[in-house]
Amino acid sequence: MRAGVVRFPGSCDDVDAVLAARLVGEAELLWHADPDLHDVDAVIVPGGFSYGDYLRVGAIARFAPVMESVIAFAREGGLVLGICNGFQVLCEAGLLPGALLPNDHLRFRCAQADLEVVNADTAFTRACEPGQRLSIPIKHTTGRYYAPEADLEQMESSGQVVLRYAPGANPNGSLRDIAGVCNPEGNVFGLMPHPEHAVDELTGGSADGLRIFASMAEAVDGRVAA
Amino acid sequence: MGASPPDAGVLPGVEDAVALGLTRAEYDLICDKLGRAPNQVELAMFSLLWSEHCAYKHSKKLLRTLPTEGRHVLMGPGENAGAVDVGGGLACAFKVESHNHPSAVEPFQGAATGVGGILRDIFAIGARPVAVLDSLRFGDPETSERARYLLDRAVAGIGHYGNSIGVPTIGGEVYFEPPYEQNCLVNAMALGLGGKDRLMTSAAAGVGNVLVLFGASTGRDGIGGASVLASAELGEADEDKRPTVQVGDPFAEKKLMECSLELLDRGLIVSLQDLGAAGLTSSASEMASKGEVGIDLDVARVPLREAGMEPFEIMVSESQERMLCVCEPGRLDEVLAVCSTWEVHGTAIGEITASGHMRVFDGDRLVGDMPVAALVDDCPLYDLAPERPAAPLYPAGPPVLAPEVGPAEALLALLRSPNIASRLPLFRQYDWLVQSRTVRRPEEADAAVLLLPDGSALGVSIDGNGRRVAADPYRGTVEVVLECAANLACVGAEPLGVTNNLNFGNPEKPPIAWQLTEAVRGLGDAVRALETAVVGGNVSLYNEGAAGPIYPTPVIGMVGRLPDARRAGRLGFARPGDAVAIAGEFHPSLGASELHKLCGAPLPDGLPGVDVGAVRSAIEAVRDAVRDGALTSCHDIAEGGLLVAVAECCLAGGIGATLDLGPSEEPMARLFGEGPGGFVVSGPRAALDALAARVPLDLFGEVGGDALSVTIAGRSLSLPLAELRAAHAELARLFP
Repeated sequence: MRAGVVRFPGSCDDVDAVLAARLVGEAELLWHADPDLHDVDAVIVPGGFSYGDYLRVGAIARFAPVMESVIAFAREGGLVLGICNGFQVLCEAGLLPGALLPNDHLRFRCAQADLEVVNADTAFTRACEPGQRLSIPIKHTTGRYYAPEADLEQMESSGQVVLRYAPGANPNGSLRDIAGVCNPEGNVFGLMPHPEHAVDELTGGSADGLRIFASMAEAVDGRVAA
Repeated sequence: MGASPPDAGVLPGVEDAVALGLTRAEYDLICDKLGRAPNQVELAMFSLLWSEHCAYKHSKKLLRTLPTEGRHVLMGPGENAGAVDVGGGLACAFKVESHNHPSAVEPFQGAATGVGGILRDIFAIGARPVAVLDSLRFGDPETSERARYLLDRAVAGIGHYGNSIGVPTIGGEVYFEPPYEQNCLVNAMALGLGGKDRLMTSAAAGVGNVLVLFGASTGRDGIGGASVLASAELGEADEDKRPTVQVGDPFAEKKLMECSLELLDRGLIVSLQDLGAAGLTSSASEMASKGEVGIDLDVARVPLREAGMEPFEIMVSESQERMLCVCEPGRLDEVLAVCSTWEVHGTAIGEITASGHMRVFDGDRLVGDMPVAALVDDCPLYDLAPERPAAPLYPAGPPVLAPEVGPAEALLALLRSPNIASRLPLFRQYDWLVQSRTVRRPEEADAAVLLLPDGSALGVSIDGNGRRVAADPYRGTVEVVLECAANLACVGAEPLGVTNNLNFGNPEKPPIAWQLTEAVRGLGDAVRALETAVVGGNVSLYNEGAAGPIYPTPVIGMVGRLPDARRAGRLGFARPGDAVAIAGEFHPSLGASELHKLCGAPLPDGLPGVDVGAVRSAIEAVRDAVRDGALTSCHDIAEGGLLVAVAECCLAGGIGATLDLGPSEEPMARLFGEGPGGFVVSGPRAALDALAARVPLDLFGEVGGDALSVTIAGRSLSLPLAELRAAHAELARLFP
C-alpha cells in the first residue's frame, strides 16, 4: 500500500500517521494546496487543528484543493481514513454520516481508551476479530459523535458502526458509545481514537492501532493482487 | 547635550521616563549616552531594554556566579535557549520561562502565550520542539475562588496552545500556597531536538544582509508588557493592564514554526530570533549586539494589524507569533517564497550595517538613532542589599488537622490535599502523546521520558518547593536541585544540564534580596556538586502584591539521558512478593513538611543540613540499578514523606503493600517527615541486597494485596487501596 497523508496548515499528527503507515507499506505527505494525490492507494486525513479550526472543526479544511481530489477519490471507491480532526473533516465533507460535537464535559481529554470492534468485516478492521478489545489513545475536545436517531438505527443495521468505546469507557458522551463509523460503501472510515499513536507499546500504550493500518494494507494489496 | 534628536517633535521628559519605569538617574544616563535627550521612539525603546525583564539589572551579577560549563553543554546562557549534546549527532535545546504577571491578569491568554513564547525560543535555535512541561503555583483552592479560577483557566490556556500546535505536554508540577493568592506563577519549559551541527545563533551577521520579519502582523497588543507588567509589583488596578497581555494564536505559531524550521533546513538564513517581550525593539537590538553590527530598520514596511500606529508603538508591540531572520540579499526571494508557502507574511524590513547604531526609519524619515551598545549593554547593574529578615515573612496558615492526628487520618488527609492529590485531572487536558516519543506518561514515573531515535531516551524533570525555600533559601534550593536529579535517577537518567526560573518578590527589598542571593548560592553549589551545568534560564522578580511577596520559588528544570528507553523506571509497585525498601541516607523531619502545613505549624527558621555527597551517591546507585533493570519500581520520597510515597507506589501500580517499620521514637516524623535523599524501591530481594552494597538500604516491607498495611512502634494501620484512591482523586472535583 502506498498511503498519502494530507497535511493542512495546523495538522499535528501527520508525521505520526506517515510513520505508522510505513510500518505496513509506503507513505508520503500530500500538501493541502495541491490537488494532485500522486497516485496513492489510500488517503489518510490526520489529526490536528486544520487551519486552526477557529471556525467549526473541519469546516474550512473540506474546501482545501486537496480535499476536492480526496472526495472524488472516495466517490470512486478509494480507501480514505480520517483520524480525529480527519474524521471531523470527512463528516464536514459529507463523506461520512453524522457530526462531531464538543465533548459533554467541554474539556480536552487525553486518555488511553478501551474500544470494541463492532464490525470486523471492513477494509479498516479486517485484521481484527469481531468483539475484539483494542486499547488506543484518544485526545480531543470535539469528539461526541452525533447523528439523528433514525440514521443511527440505519447505520447499526448496515454495519456502519465500526468501533465503540467499551461499556463504561465513553470519554465524550458520544451517542451509542460510537468511536468510529464508515460510509455505506465501506471505503471511508473515520474514528476519534488515534491508531497512529498506538503502533508501538513503548510509546503508544499498546500496538493495537497497527491493526487498522494492517487492515488497509491487506485490503489494498489484496485488491491490487486480484 | 546640545544635539537635537532625529524627528524631535515634542520631546518627552524625565517624568515620562519615570512613568515608563525608568529611574531619574537612568534617564540622565541615557541622555549622557546619546549626547542629547531621547525622543519618544528612543525613550520607549530604552525603557524596555533597560527594564528588569530585559536587562536583568538586579540579578545579572548573581547569575554570573552560576556554573555554566560542562562536558555536555553545546550552548550556554545568552542565546534563546541552552543546548546539550544527547548523542547520535543530536542536540537537546531547553529552557524554562515565566509568564506570571500576564497569567495573574488574564490566566488563559497569559498561560497560552507563555507556552508560545518558550516554544519560539526553542525553534529559534534550530530545534524542533518535542515537549512542554509546566510549573504552576496558585493560592489555596479550598478557600479561594480566585485560585480555582486561575488554575482552571491557566491549565486550559496551556492545553489550548500546546495541544493545538502539536507539541506534547509531558509533565509538570503544581502547588497551592496562600502567598501565591494574588500573584500566581505560570512557568513553562520546552525542549527541542535538532542536529547539533546546525544550532542557530541570533547574532546578526554580514553587513548588507537583509532583515526579514515574518509571522503575524503587528498590532497594538502587549504594548509595555516587559516594563509595565513584568517589572513591577501587581496592584489593585491590574484589570486596566489587560490590554498589555497578548493574545495567542497557536495556528499562527504552528505555521511560524514549520516555516522557521524549513528556512533552517534549507540553509537560507544566517541568524534567527524570536520576538518576545519588548517585540522588535528587543529582538533587533539583541541581534545587532550579539553580532556587533548596526541595523537600519523601517517601521513603514512592517505589516500592521491596524492603521495609524505610531513608530514607537510598532517598535514596542508585543504581538505574538513573529520572528526575525537575517539572510543574504541573494537568498531573499527564496526566503520570502518559503514564508509564502506557510502563509506567514515575510517582509524585508531592514538591513545590517557597520554603524554600530540601531537606526529606526519611518519611510525616509529617521525617527530614532541609538548606539546598540547603549541600548543593550549599558543599562546599569545594581547591587542587591540583602538582609536576613528579622521576623518571619510568611504567617502560618490555618490548621485543617489537629496536632494529635493519627497516621491513618494523616495519610488520607495528605493524599487528599491539593499539593499531593493526583494531577491526572490536569494532565488529561494536555496532549502528552503527539509526536510518538512519550515513553512514560504523567504519573507513571518520577520524570518524563522521551524516546530518542537511537533507542536511548531523555529524562526530564521540573521541580520547585517554595515553602521549603522560604524556610531556608539556601538549603531549600539545594534540595530542589537534588530532587530533580533524584527524579531523573528514578527513570535511570543522568543529568546533562539545568535550566531555572527564579521567581521572587521585589529584589529592591532587603529580605527578598537575601532570599534571592541565598537561593542562587544554593543553586550554584548543588549544580556544581552534581557536576552538571546551568545552560539557561529566566528571572521573574516583583512577584508580590498588597498582601506581600510570594514564597521564593526557584523552579529547576533538568534534562538527562538514559541509555535504553525500554528500561526507563516506573514508580508503581507491580509484582506481588517483591521486597520494598528505602534506599539512601534519609533523615526526615517534620519542619516545613506538608503535614505541618496541614496542622497549621509555622515555617521553621532553617532546614536541616544536607550531606550532598551522600545524596549524590544514593542517586548514582539507584540510577545504575534502574538502568540494569534490577528494580521493579523506584520513587523519590518528597512531599508528604515516606508513607505518601509508598501510597503513591501502590496507587500507580494498583497493588497494595505490607510494611513493618519496627520501633520508632518519632513515628509521625518517620512516616511523614520530609528531606532529600530517600527513595522507595521495590524488586526481587536479591536485587535489593545488591543495591545495599552501594547505598544504605532499609528493607521494610513486601508488595501484595489490596491494602496498604503498616506496623510502626507497635501500632498498626491498614487502609484499602480503594480508600486511598478516592482520597487521591480529590482534585477531580475542581474540574467537573
